[in-house]
Amino acid sequence: MHELPVTESILNIILKHAEKNRVSRVVSVTLHIGELSDLENQWVQHYFDYLSKDTPAAGAVLKIERIPITLKCRNCQHTIKIRKEEMDGLSCPECGTEGDFSFLSGREYYIKEMEAM
Amino acid sequence: MDEIKLIEVKEDILSDNDEAARKLRDKLRRDRCFAVNLMSSPGAGKTSLLLKTIAALKEEFKIGIIEADIDSMVDAEKIRETGVTAVQLRTAGFCHLDAAMVKTGLEGLGSESFDLVFIENVGNLVCPAEFDTGAIKNAMILSVPEGDDKPLKYPLMFTRADVLLVNKIDMMELSDFDPAALKQRVQSLNPGMPTFEISAKTGRGIALWTDWIRRETKVFA
Repeated sequence: MHELPVTESILNIILKHAEKNRVSRVVSVTLHIGELSDLENQWVQHYFDYLSKDTPAAGAVLKIERIPITLKCRNCQHTIKIRKEEMDGLSCPECGTEGDFSFLSGREYYIKEMEAM
Repeated sequence: MDEIKLIEVKEDILSDNDEAARKLRDKLRRDRCFAVNLMSSPGAGKTSLLLKTIAALKEEFKIGIIEADIDSMVDAEKIRETGVTAVQLRTAGFCHLDAAMVKTGLEGLGSESFDLVFIENVGNLVCPAEFDTGAIKNAMILSVPEGDDKPLKYPLMFTRADVLLVNKIDMMELSDFDPAALKQRVQSLNPGMPTFEISAKTGRGIALWTDWIRRETKVFA
């Protein structure tokens, strides 16, 4: 739903890096998006194609790597990787404590790298 | 043919907003203005809660309200009738508030002249969760008719909140809402988050919320 402002932000950041690195065309951009985000891949690409027209980033492919949810049990410090739909009624597989976790990952909104020429 | 170069970017997508939010929080601390970002679905009772909150706290605090509404002035009018200062941000189709918009609202209000400000975010459980508004605390309202399964559908919002208000508790008997299931789901997303059952209509539980504000403003000051 908020794909448009997010996409604008992505475009601004990569154009800044394109200029800094003196490249004339961005081929791809790799994003790290946490599993907890509701960002829709196809819409981000769609908005990106629209916004990047007439810029060095026109035609670039967005590669979205989803970062799994990693939780740490606050009781025994055990860490687990899970999917969003596995969160309901989750207990620590190590010590059995019910629902007392802190988030180590899963909320990322990050641009890792880009390919350009 | 030109060679393809790999360029490391390593930047947070929302770093501009995060930075603006951080600056805004610093300013609020200097102004000693405790700003609360209020988030919920449309119709969960943000405005009704504010009206009850204003009635309970307006003698103790100088209260200001920032209203976000996609394209109407209805909420700000209701707030102004209480005598409290309200500014309306027309978000023109935006699905959330970001730090830049809140900054505009705080400037319109003059944050230095208020000690308690409520920012009524756009009614939406998805987008406001991603954008730091710069507020000191995030409060979330979930209303009973929405169901106890909302933490499963919108987990991010529940991880961002500092306090959860379960509103329309007077409608509990009419629904199959399971408070224990909600509590357990919220607990696994945000261990230890204070959760208050309230009714903005009857006033039940409002004191739990206003006491929370009193405690938090003391810590803040």
